[in-house]
This record gives sequence, C-alpha cells and structure tokens, in this order.
Amino acid sequence: MAKKIKIYIDNRPYEVEDGQTIMQAADKLGYHIPRLCYHPKLSIEGACRVCIVQVEGMKNYVASCAYPVADGMKILTHTKELRTARRDIVELILDNHPEDCHTCERDGICELQRLAYAMGLRHRHFEGERKCYAKDLSSESVIRDPNKCILCGRCVRICSEIQKVNNLGYAYRGFKTVVIPAYDMPFSESVCTACGQCINVCPTAAFVEKNHTQELFEKLQDDNFVKVVQFAPSVRAAIGEAFGFEPGVSKEKETVAALRRLGFDYVFDTQFCADLTIMEEASEFLERLKGKGKLPMITSCSSAWMKCMEQFYPDLIGNISTCKSPMSMMGALLKTYFADKIKTEPKKILSVAVMCCTAKKYEASRPELRINGMPAVDIVVTTRELAWMIKSGGVDFINIKGEDFDKPLGLSSGGGAIFGATGGVMEAAIRTAYELYTGEPLMEIEINELRGLKGIKEGLISLDGAQVRVAVAHGLGNANALLEIVRKDPGRYHFIEIMGCPGGCIGGGGQPYAGLNSIPLDEDTLKKRAQALYDIDRHKTIRRAHNNPDIRRLYREFLGKPLGEKSHELLHTHYKAKFPRGIIPQELTTR
Amino acid sequence: MSCSVKAQDSKLSELNRFMDALKGASRSESNLIAILHKVQELYGYLDRDAMDEVAATMNIPTAHIWGVATFYHYFKLKKPGKHVIAICLGTACYIKGAGEILEKLKEELKTDIGGMTSDGLFSLEEARCLGACGLAPVMMIDGKIYGSLTPKKVSEILQGYRKRSSGE
Repeated sequence: MAKKIKIYIDNRPYEVEDGQTIMQAADKLGYHIPRLCYHPKLSIEGACRVCIVQVEGMKNYVASCAYPVADGMKILTHTKELRTARRDIVELILDNHPEDCHTCERDGICELQRLAYAMGLRHRHFEGERKCYAKDLSSESVIRDPNKCILCGRCVRICSEIQKVNNLGYAYRGFKTVVIPAYDMPFSESVCTACGQCINVCPTAAFVEKNHTQELFEKLQDDNFVKVVQFAPSVRAAIGEAFGFEPGVSKEKETVAALRRLGFDYVFDTQFCADLTIMEEASEFLERLKGKGKLPMITSCSSAWMKCMEQFYPDLIGNISTCKSPMSMMGALLKTYFADKIKTEPKKILSVAVMCCTAKKYEASRPELRINGMPAVDIVVTTRELAWMIKSGGVDFINIKGEDFDKPLGLSSGGGAIFGATGGVMEAAIRTAYELYTGEPLMEIEINELRGLKGIKEGLISLDGAQVRVAVAHGLGNANALLEIVRKDPGRYHFIEIMGCPGGCIGGGGQPYAGLNSIPLDEDTLKKRAQALYDIDRHKTIRRAHNNPDIRRLYREFLGKPLGEKSHELLHTHYKAKFPRGIIPQELTTR
Repeated sequence: MSCSVKAQDSKLSELNRFMDALKGASRSESNLIAILHKVQELYGYLDRDAMDEVAATMNIPTAHIWGVATFYHYFKLKKPGKHVIAICLGTACYIKGAGEILEKLKEELKTDIGGMTSDGLFSLEEARCLGACGLAPVMMIDGKIYGSLTPKKVSEILQGYRKRSSGE
C-alpha cells in the first residue's frame, strides 16, 4: 500500500496515493486533463506539452503526465492562463499540419481534430511552414505519411516497447525530424512486421493501412467474376464499434447481410477454415508428439508473427506449424474445391477477405501461398475499411436484418470463433487434439488458464497420462519474452500459440479506431471483444472443430484426411529466413 | 580487391575490440555516441555495415542508432572522397573573397557543398572558421591549410592532387 498524501486540485482537497503522476491522480478523481502523446501502456514521453498544469511554487507549467504528486501540492488544471497556453500549444501543432481534414482518412475520428475542438480553437493566427515529404507507399500493409506526423512518438514507443520490433525511430532534428525506419529505408525493406499497431495508436493519419476499398468497389461491379468473401472472427466482434455500438456486441449476421448488399455472391466464414486449421494443426501436433518433427510446435496463424519469426527467430523455423492461416486455407479452397463445386474457372473467382489485421494484406501477397499461379486471396480489406465501405455503399448497418453464411464453407464450431482472442487457437486445438488422441471428448472445454490478457499464459494438459505443457503469448513483445525462454530451455513446452497483436486478432491493426470514450488498445475494449467471441462459442451446439459436419464432408469429398496429400498441397506451407537491413544473420553475430 | 576486403576486416575487428571494452558496462547503450565516433574515425563516415555491427554487438536497435547518427551534424552519413576539402566561409574569409573561391571549387569539382566528385577523389565541405584568418581566404585539404587563395591558385592546388593520385 502506497503512502497516502494530501493534494489540492483546483482548490479542492483530495487524499491520494503517493508515487503516481499528477495525471494519474487526476484521472481517478474525475478530472480529464487534455493530453496527446500520453498512453497509459507506453513510457512517458512528455513531448506534446498539452497536459500542462500549474503547480503552486513552480515557475513554469509542468507536464502532468510526467510530474509526480507530492504531499501538500496545489495543482490548478483549468485557469484562464492554462487554457490559453494549451490552446496555443495545439494551435502551433496545427500550424505545421496539412489543412486537409475534409479529405483525410481520419476525418471525424482524429485525436488532433478532437483536441483542437476541445481546446476551443476557432481561429488560426499563423500560416506555419508545412512539411513536404513523399508518402512511403512501399509496404503492402502500412502507409507512412510524415506530413501528418505530429511527432507524439506513440508509434515509436508501441513498436519498441509493446511489439519489440524497433522498426521506428526519430531521425534528423528540429523541424526536419521524421519518424522513419533505420537508414530511411522504405517500409517494404525494413523490419516492419506489418502488424499495424502504429496505425492503431497514431492520433492522426500519419500511419494508415494501404487502402483497397476503391479497387474492391470496382471489382464488385465486374460481372466477369463470382464475388466471394470471407471474414475473420474478430471482425464481427468489433465492427459494431465503427457504427457507435458498444464494444463486445457480435455483429456476425449483420455483417453477412451487409456484404451481400455490397454485391458479394457468396459470404463464407473464416471460422470454417479456423476449424480446418485446427484439424490440420492438432493432427500435426500429435504427429510431432509421437516424435515426427520438432517440439515445441508453434502456431503460424498470425501473419505479423510469421514475418517477425522469419526475421528474428529463423532458428525456430523447424518448430513452426506448417499450416497456412485460416484466411489462406479459405483462399486455397475457393480456387479449387469451391470453384469445382460451382463449375466456375478458378481465375473467375474474386477471393476477398475482411480481416482485423493489416499484416494479412502482406500475407496475401506472399508468392508461396499462390494456388496454381493465382493469389489465394485477391483483396484483403480491414474491419475499418469494410465499415467505411458499408457506410459509403449506402447500407443501413444499424437496422439491417441479420442473415446466415452461405454453404458449404460457412458453418463453424465454437472453436473456430475463439481463434480471434489470445489463447483461442490453443484452446480450440486442445479440444480437438484431446479427442483425436484419447478417443474421448474433452469434458471441460473452456480452458480459463488460457483466457485473458496476461502477457504469457501457461497450461498443463493431461492426454491419457501424458503431460502436455502449453504456453500462449500475445503481442510480439510477449512473444519475444516467451521465445527467449524457449531458446534457453527448448524442452519446457510442447505447444505454443503466438499472436502478433495485443489481445490477439481482436486487437489487430485493422480494427476500428478508438471512439470517443476509449483509447487505442484499451484493455476493457479488448476484453469485451474477446467476450463477444466466447459468447458465440458458448451459444454454438458444435463447439469442437472435428464435429463440424461440413468439415467432415470437406475431408470426405475432397481432402481425404488431415495431413493427407491434398492437405499438404493446399493447406500447408514452409517458411524461410529473411534478413532485411538492420538484422544480422545469427551465424555472424555469434562469432 | 582482396586487399580492400582485408582493410575492411581490420577496421571491423578494431571496432569490435573497441566495443568489447564497453559491452559489459551498465547501460552500455549510453556509449553509443563514443562508438559512432570510433566508426567515423575508422571509416571516415558512418558506414552502414559498421552500424549494423554496432546494433548487433551492443544490442541497440538500428532505428535508434540511425536517430543518433542523423541528429548530430558531426556524423557523416555519406562516404567522403579520398581528399576532403573544407572551404572556410567565416567572416574574414568571406570578406576576402571566399565566395569566389567556393564558386571556383564548385566549377572545378562539378559538385556542391556536401557532395563528392564523380571519381570519388574530392568531397567538398564548408567550415565556419579554421583559425587562420590572417591567411584569408583559406581552405583545408585533409588537414592541410592553403591560404591567400585565388581562383587560379585553387586550380593549381587541385591539379597537384589529381597528378599525385594518377601517379599512384
């Protein structure tokens, strides 16, 4: 228990705990000091000075995000002088900012815009110097626009502190300072894993996803294609937020209906292929457990994690499950099994995926995932992009009547649904692996040790007396910590699930921006989105992937058996080490 | 070719010896500036392979190293020419006609301040005062001062360097 001290905020006395900042204390007492560069999950930068307050006895204003409370401290948060100073600070930030709000991607959901409004900026006094840089359009996933950057540094901090990728830094100085990868490299050549967390935390549009909505709108008008779409579990758990619904409300059926209104001929569920992934992955794990292949086996669903692994952990390639991600499995089936079923040439199928993820755009471009020379997935749009398309396409998402997925790739088990939350893949895999191994169904299928937002979770599963040790990490920083343990003690775990984003896919880089009442990566929001998926699971009659009748039919009609020849051809892949600039191959560093 | 590779290797091993001494220190990343000075001393500029080496050895992200390298003007990011010309543009030199000297240099070298000749023989930099105002206008080539310059003298001096270089 920290010591209690007395402070005064705007002349009212409060008793608070020592050892916290003025902002933290004020937050708990119902004050909201304006802020910009501050984020509770990241280190304190003190860069923007928006959160200044007056402290009696101090000559200058202090940044409340960085200044600790002290006994007897008298703090003023909203004097006339402070309001003026804060307004001036935000006005000066705006002076160097492009005046293109009406045509900006973040219009209406921009923190800088909101802040300027809240500060009462109704008049601009200066025409400041504008930055004039080219946008970095090189990446398949993340677009960097330094002209809109206000140098708050949240992206730099999330990339280094939460994701531990360290792709971004501040380069040059003064007015010329930019946030950029090492050696000014384009994103496509940098160590960026395409996770898109920089987009989530950016208060402006300095980082946005590579937008594919126009291309998709055009293709949807093209009668030469059969238009097929799949969407990920986490899309339904979050898309409602973009329309003002509370977080945690699944909008599965509404999304299906909206996609049909936008012009898709077939709407399939990525969860179906999550079930398929489980069939393959659980079988692969049991093979490895019998001695055929390396342990621990590590999951391969998360595209950001895959790029991260190829760059930073090439020594673990043998441990990575060869299963493609559910999105790519679906893409492969659409251009083979499904094309056959509807008697259409595969190249006439437009395969679209709606994902909570920016890295899936990169994954879709990977050459080794092509099917007979065609991309398995032609276009990937994020949850955010779909929400915009629904608004732009004139679909009344709020009042729309829900519809069901199409057959034969639309039915899923509860195991497929929980893929979107950290620990979900592991939980679903255990449900199936247990039964495949022991021949009996697992009774307690909700595995609480593997749920929740703890960075690294561990579990112990008994398979007919054999003890299987599993671990789950979400966010690449936590993955880093877990894999350092594995490098030192390779025998410690049998099975590991890693997701690239905080919270798993529900916290993906393509999810709706934080709304008025939340902040990016808000834990409450993540928990509610996860709960939406767990609720879907609980309401399903089929909760184990191997009991999905359409999965059984797929194996019967087309694939044969898990890990069979056809599966290997379509559903599995291999990874190879990548060494973008700035990463020195292991053998060179260990001389 | 093999000779230059060897020279690179000896620079790299000297850099590594320098870093080895600092590696164990607490908060070893605080030695980054000293290490970058060493890189520049060895290579004449901040060579990217050398910065990669610093990143790996000291466990400092390259993006962070790049930030420090670009922040300080002293650090050179481009490989300098074989001979580095620093033309003084301080007050005394300027009054005595440094502007004219600079124009002559640009014309002769076909490059601007911060640039390098296409053959890599010279790079051109500006200096604010070389402390030799009595000899104004002055320039310095590889640490050697040339004073009381005229455009004609500049041509002759550069010619001398060119001759010596082609004779090697």
